[in-house]
Amino acid sequence: MEIIEQVKEKFKSKIKSVFFHNEKRVYLEIDKEDLIDVVKFIFHDLDARFITASGIDNLKDMEILYHFSLDSDGIVISLRVFIDRDNPCIESITSIVKGALNIEREMYELLGIKFLNHPGLKRFLTDEFPEGFYPLRKDSPGRAEQ
Amino acid sequence: MAIDLKTKALKKSLFVFHLSTGSCNNCDIEILDCLTPRFDIERFGMVLVGSVKHADVLLVTGIGTIKNAERIKKLYEQMPKPGFVVAIGACACTGGIFKEGYQMAGPIDKIIPVDVYIPGCPPKPEAMIAGIVKLLEKIK
Amino acid sequence: MKKVIVPIGPYHSLFEEPEYFALYCDGERVVDIEWMAGYNHRGIEKLSESKHWDQVTFLIERICGICSTSHPIAYCNAVEDLAKIEIPERAKYIRSIVGELERLHSHLLWVGLAGHFLGYNTVFMWAWKYREPILDIMEMVTGNRNHYAMMKIGGVRRDIENEDIDIIKKILDELKGKLEMLTGAVLDDPVLAARLKGVGVLTKQDIKDYGAVGPVARASGVDIDVRRDNPHAAYNLVEWKVITCQDGDVFSKAVVRLLECFESIKIIEQSLVRLKKIKGDIAIEVRYIPSGEGIGRYEAPRGECYHYVRSDGTSRPVRHKIRAPSYVNIPTFKASCIGETIADVTIILAGIDPCYCCTERAITVYDADTRKKLFDGKDLMKLSQEKTRKIKKQLGFKEK
Repeated sequence: MEIIEQVKEKFKSKIKSVFFHNEKRVYLEIDKEDLIDVVKFIFHDLDARFITASGIDNLKDMEILYHFSLDSDGIVISLRVFIDRDNPCIESITSIVKGALNIEREMYELLGIKFLNHPGLKRFLTDEFPEGFYPLRKDSPGRAEQ
Repeated sequence: MAIDLKTKALKKSLFVFHLSTGSCNNCDIEILDCLTPRFDIERFGMVLVGSVKHADVLLVTGIGTIKNAERIKKLYEQMPKPGFVVAIGACACTGGIFKEGYQMAGPIDKIIPVDVYIPGCPPKPEAMIAGIVKLLEKIK
Repeated sequence: MKKVIVPIGPYHSLFEEPEYFALYCDGERVVDIEWMAGYNHRGIEKLSESKHWDQVTFLIERICGICSTSHPIAYCNAVEDLAKIEIPERAKYIRSIVGELERLHSHLLWVGLAGHFLGYNTVFMWAWKYREPILDIMEMVTGNRNHYAMMKIGGVRRDIENEDIDIIKKILDELKGKLEMLTGAVLDDPVLAARLKGVGVLTKQDIKDYGAVGPVARASGVDIDVRRDNPHAAYNLVEWKVITCQDGDVFSKAVVRLLECFESIKIIEQSLVRLKKIKGDIAIEVRYIPSGEGIGRYEAPRGECYHYVRSDGTSRPVRHKIRAPSYVNIPTFKASCIGETIADVTIILAGIDPCYCCTERAITVYDADTRKKLFDGKDLMKLSQEKTRKIKKQLGFKEK
């Protein structure tokens, strides 16, 4: 696909793997250090729309998928980033995409991922929960101890 | 035995206040639907009011989330007595499909006393009207 | 500068969830807005991990009562993308029909409530009256007025009988005339135009920054619609067009929604005609979901629903991420509310159609310094309705 070739050409070895699920769904794996550059390119130069980001707990590490949509072609590009589970932190993309503000806050709250340089990283869904209870982590108990 | 004057006056025209405590808002729409031309509950003297301080009946929908539990109690305390609570929908009655969730503090009768249960997901407007009529019989 | 905080909520219930907005005001102007959510947080993503693939459709239907078929369609799209399943043709048309009927009832619901916020209760009663026949169709076709339980992985659960098709057609024909009347009445009304034009403007750049979707984006001239961009169900098999407006104000959003109703009717009518001719199954049997990941999208009445699922080959999803359209539309308030007056904020907040459910509210206005109560929810509504009355007077309408 033409657009993916563009991304590959621009970042070369920074793109660790490309996986075509089908012609409309592409998954790119990158390092967390390169995230800002790649997001900038996809959001500004390719004029993609930021859909959302999904955080996943794999028990051995954490994974974040940043989903972008190229609406004129109907393609969804998902950037896959792996981070350390013991110290989950990653650069925030709010400086590029304003709409990521609440999406990152939700991930912070439900999975405990810290976003560096985020303007307002505080809980907003569940302020009654005790500190350290992250419901979407696989090893969390079903309910918080009250 | 003479009927309490307050209760007698109350029966003529029920003022209801609607409280959504973590529902999918389907029950809420059906409550609003009761106001519109097809069902038109105002002909029975029932009015949806904007403040709980004017209400005789609290219509509660939703599971009652942990974040909401305190607020539900507060609103119940603010309601003038004698007042009644109606739990609308499967979530408010039993917790429904969300029963195992980590945000569940309800069902509603765990938080405040409930007088009438209207099950259904969502209950039809006819069922809600029937439920309120049952409440009126109960007040007798 | 003396700032006043106007809290809207949490029991404002204008929104899908009882939510909390703090408006920071200087005099009558809004200078900042803050959003707090979670009063309605039920932990559906976690619950979904404990349910069978087939049971999840019933759970996510209960995310929202108004879009209760959009989420299942998006979820089924995601799982079908994961497992590479192609659904039968008959199922495609039935999915489109149920989806578009839902769009019709949702848009009419919005028009009614928007009228109510402006003090036009006639519009409220009209729109909700015309919405009832659609719910009757739903009850006939699916068995319930809301929460249809029609979608399943690999197709649909219930068929639409040929006898029902004629009845649906008749009801839709009647509805079309009424809708035309309502559209004309709303769009030609000078008072509504004065209240809505130029209010809460969102530019194309705002839409891109916040990633807003659906009628909110289309009203600002951003031509996106998942039904066309990422065809699924029967949307690439029938004739219809995407409605866009250029101004980005609340009036454009109303125009987009009202005109979309006619496109929905067009889609339903064509689908019904084809449905009569197509024979065959309504679903294929799906016995096993392989491991992998899938993405599903659907254009709900409020915008793009986005579902991401991951499977490890067992009978339950490992991760199910849901992004509802209102989640990205609500932050646009930061761009649209600032600089407007408090009286207009009600309709701007309502303008994105944030899945709101009822009319009562528990707003109270406090002075930020003294915490003294200034005025409460009813007064705010009155404020909005009084503005309409004033405009009416200026335009030479007589008070009844």
